[in-house]
Amino acid sequence: MEQIISIKPLFAVLASLLVIPVLISSSEKPNIREGWTILAGIIKFSLVVSMLPAVLQGQQLVYTLFTFVPGVAIKFRVDSLGMLFALVASFLWIVTSIYSAGYMRGLKEHAQTRFFSFFALALSATIGVAFSANLLTLYMFYEILSLSTYPLVAHHQDEEARKSGRKYLIYILGTSIGLVLPSMIVCYNLAGTLEFGSQGILAGQASPTVLGILLFMFVFGFAKAAIMPLHAWLPAAMVAPTPVSALLHAVAVVKVGVFSIIRVLTGIFGIELLSALNLGHVIGYIAAITILVGSLIAISQNELKRLLAFSTISQLSYIILGVALLTPKGQLGGIIHIVMHAFGKITLFFCAGAIMVTTGKKYISQMHGLGRQMPVTFLAFFIGSLSVIGLPPTGGFYSKWYLVLGSLQAEQLPLLLVLLASSFLNAVYFLPVVFKGFFAPVYSQGVKPGYSEAPSMCLYPLAITALISVGLFFYPDLFRDLIQLSMG
Amino acid sequence: MSFQYPALIIIIPVLAAVFCSALMWGNRRLVYPLCVLALTVTALSTFVLLAEVIQFGPVDYRMAGWPPPWGIQMRIDLLNGLVLCIVSVIALVNLIASFRSVEQELAEKTDTFYILYLLFVTGLLGVVITGDLFNLYVLLEVTSLAAYAQIAMGDPDRSPVASLNYVFLGVIGASFYLLGVGYLYIKTGSLNMMDIASILPSLYSSLAVFTAFVFCMVGVWAKMALFPLHVWLPNAYAYAPTASNRIMAPLMTKVMVYVMIRLMFSVFGMDYVFEELALSEHIVLLASIAILAGAVLALAQKDLKKMLTYIIVSEIGYLVGGAWLGNSAALTGTVLHVLNDALMTFCLFLAVGNMSYKLKNLHFDNLQGLFSRMPLTMAGFVLAGVSIVGIPPTCGFFSKWFLLSGALEAGNYVFLLALVFSSLINAVLFFRIFEICFFEPMHSGEDHAHEHSRSVLSEAPASMLLPLLLVAAGLLAVGLYSGMIVDHVVAPFVSGVVA
Amino acid sequence: MPDILGVFVAKYNYWLFIVLMMVGLYAMIAKNNLIKKLVGMNIFQTAIIFFFISIAYKKGGTLPIIENAHGHSAPAIHAAEYMNPLPHVLMLTAIVVSVATFGVALALAVKTYRRFQTLEEDEIRIRMRQK
Repeated sequence: MEQIISIKPLFAVLASLLVIPVLISSSEKPNIREGWTILAGIIKFSLVVSMLPAVLQGQQLVYTLFTFVPGVAIKFRVDSLGMLFALVASFLWIVTSIYSAGYMRGLKEHAQTRFFSFFALALSATIGVAFSANLLTLYMFYEILSLSTYPLVAHHQDEEARKSGRKYLIYILGTSIGLVLPSMIVCYNLAGTLEFGSQGILAGQASPTVLGILLFMFVFGFAKAAIMPLHAWLPAAMVAPTPVSALLHAVAVVKVGVFSIIRVLTGIFGIELLSALNLGHVIGYIAAITILVGSLIAISQNELKRLLAFSTISQLSYIILGVALLTPKGQLGGIIHIVMHAFGKITLFFCAGAIMVTTGKKYISQMHGLGRQMPVTFLAFFIGSLSVIGLPPTGGFYSKWYLVLGSLQAEQLPLLLVLLASSFLNAVYFLPVVFKGFFAPVYSQGVKPGYSEAPSMCLYPLAITALISVGLFFYPDLFRDLIQLSMG
Repeated sequence: MSFQYPALIIIIPVLAAVFCSALMWGNRRLVYPLCVLALTVTALSTFVLLAEVIQFGPVDYRMAGWPPPWGIQMRIDLLNGLVLCIVSVIALVNLIASFRSVEQELAEKTDTFYILYLLFVTGLLGVVITGDLFNLYVLLEVTSLAAYAQIAMGDPDRSPVASLNYVFLGVIGASFYLLGVGYLYIKTGSLNMMDIASILPSLYSSLAVFTAFVFCMVGVWAKMALFPLHVWLPNAYAYAPTASNRIMAPLMTKVMVYVMIRLMFSVFGMDYVFEELALSEHIVLLASIAILAGAVLALAQKDLKKMLTYIIVSEIGYLVGGAWLGNSAALTGTVLHVLNDALMTFCLFLAVGNMSYKLKNLHFDNLQGLFSRMPLTMAGFVLAGVSIVGIPPTCGFFSKWFLLSGALEAGNYVFLLALVFSSLINAVLFFRIFEICFFEPMHSGEDHAHEHSRSVLSEAPASMLLPLLLVAAGLLAVGLYSGMIVDHVVAPFVSGVVA
Repeated sequence: MPDILGVFVAKYNYWLFIVLMMVGLYAMIAKNNLIKKLVGMNIFQTAIIFFFISIAYKKGGTLPIIENAHGHSAPAIHAAEYMNPLPHVLMLTAIVVSVATFGVALALAVKTYRRFQTLEEDEIRIRMRQK
């Protein structure tokens, strides 16, 4: 793999960071402030896209910032896996910024400048994680993400926000400091480096027991991936404003968690080592438990955002499961699910937020008949659900298909059954929302007469992401190619 | 003239102190500018000196030209070159940042305070730069006396008693150190550090040398507030005037750590400390207990300043444990942590000083909504807190990295666990504060979060804010450039003393 | 038994200073009255000063003053005949330090007395809590 030195990754990370002072200074003029946010998003996305041709040709762009000890530096490396994640995250930031503007104004939320500033910081950190060349850089941006999302989660500054914020920090910081940090140092001591290698760096460096314990510490240490039992922060974090939930908890924060785990599995341990130690099965079963239990809990939820949260918990473990199958098709399915789930879930969250802005309703039981008043929103919700369930003609089908093939390839019949059962459960909790929305009689309490669709700044984004979810079914090539490049 | 820098570094603050006391009868308004000038010149000299040491190797300076071991020698190598810079820079920045708070807290006695301040800095610089054991004792006592007096100028009710307790423990510590020096003198006939280091190897099995080592160590530990000899620190620092605790907290204990490292590695030598004595495991255990004790005690505090003082106790545990682990990674971590901890503690206390300038007391209940009232101060506080927890890219992470690596290399899992655990407890400590400051005071019956009263912005004045922001930026810069600092300054020193 | 006695008698200066040091330490820690603590501190420091001075003594040595050295060429000196002047010199400094510390501590005690009208430590603690 040819490596070119390029400063573009650094600029991509900095694009949103540098816009923060501008945002703070234009806090009195919301249009200018939002305009700058969107502009920064477009710049970031363009920078990421500009690196795409080189990556597709098999090259990697690297840039070293500060060398710390030999083998450990703050270093960027844009490879195909990171490019995939960065494309999704940076594109969705643009869409979410437009949506946020509509949402925050619709609800007349306070502290909007703080919101947009920390949002920008969080996105910088996300792209930083995507472009990390080694475990230290990844850890650094992971922590910056945790810190910058706290003010977003606790945005409402009421008692509920305080409790959720606390839970968020305890789970996320506790695991990263308590589990990932020691593991990282042990890793460095064993391997002498922390750079992600194409075959992993730990082969033959320690006994299987030590490697096994290390693996568990990493997998549970990246609690942002919401693997059970460290998932409780995610439903609690739903008290945040919906754009936060949408981008961060359906797309950026949680995807950073699974991305980090994937990097550890492929770049630190390596597929060969994991199969030799039979550790893939163990991770696979842990993921399977989360998949099933997450879906089961989701069925019992009445609050829409909590339902979506548990659905996310479940879907994230699909990604882990895919990679843990240790087969090419499984990996393809798992990693491309990052993309499919991102677009599907963000559509669903956008719809939930649109419903909140227009009608003030949070509970599914109150949303009967709403589909007739907000047809576009509910149609988008339907498309999003299809994608998450994994039915054609949405992108989600593509990833589920490969996951199924992957589990067959790995001869893991129980895991196959888990996948199918979970898809069924997804249908059980998603479809009634849509059907009752369109066909049930209107829930009469608290009805505001004569409302129609969501504000347009909310509507366009969700329509766009829904359309893309469908589009990805027909044109998954770009992402498929990136993944196949990463598998070598 | 450059070869006179070492002496200048001590003489300038002392002369300035003398001139200031003369000015007290003359033009009182010149006292502060004179202090600033003196410390600026000193700070610049330390940097020049450090540059010289990096380029040419250790600098030897003989007071009045008398050759050692009869004369007092000052030997500046990479370790004390670094510590000199730290001391002088922090002293200078603190002086500038404290102008307002000194006016506020010590209205009539500002000149006296500045004189004591200069003497304190002189003593510290002297302790660091000297190469003679008895000279170190003298300058240590100069520092301590200035400290005792400064502390007593604080809270009128509690500070005299706090200072008196400090006097007692400080005297015990210094006297034990003196006793140790006495034993060494009996055995070696010399007071010069380098000289003793060359004579000692033939005396390793002597009980007197062992006694000397123990006394010196215990004395130094009492002065650096290693648990359980830490009891003087929380009260002394909490009730001192703001300007005092801002300079004592980062520097006093760290300079004592420097003395410990000097004694362990340059005077007695690694062979003696780690091979002849089988004490290191036990000391590291003690250090781990110190770390945890400090952290747990900090959890129990309800006042911000007190909480921070217990965190200092915890940090001392890091430093002592790191030095006693006995491998190069751990020692690198310790030396780097001396730099980092001085900066982090300084930044924390700068922020806290700003807060106490504006708020009346620092009890937790009083801190609500502080993020909106003092956003810039809180930004500095957040950076410092995050650095103490050890989150990259702040500097605290990088020294913790080395300490953890060293612990792993030495197979000392107790220390490793203590480090990880205390990072978690520090996270709890600081995020508890952040949470309190982030959330506005609640109005009863208030549920909908969109309309609540916004606290009025009332930041500290610029002369207090700018140093804070500068130091906070420094935390990031030092963190990111850790590699360079380690390569040029710390690693050469460590490879010179560690086998 | 005779061995221990021999050791004791031979090094009686060290034993003396140890006893003195312990007395001082005890007073600093266990006594309640601030002035008594201060006196203990002084005793403690004085013990150490004694220790240093006692090691300067040499059997058969005389006072370390060189005759007729002023201005003329110095006569040959056999250092073994003179007592060691260095510890004395060092202890001059140490005495100064001790006096200074004592002075500062006394000032603090006076300040405490003015504030709390008592010099008993437990009383002070009670009155401090009442503030």
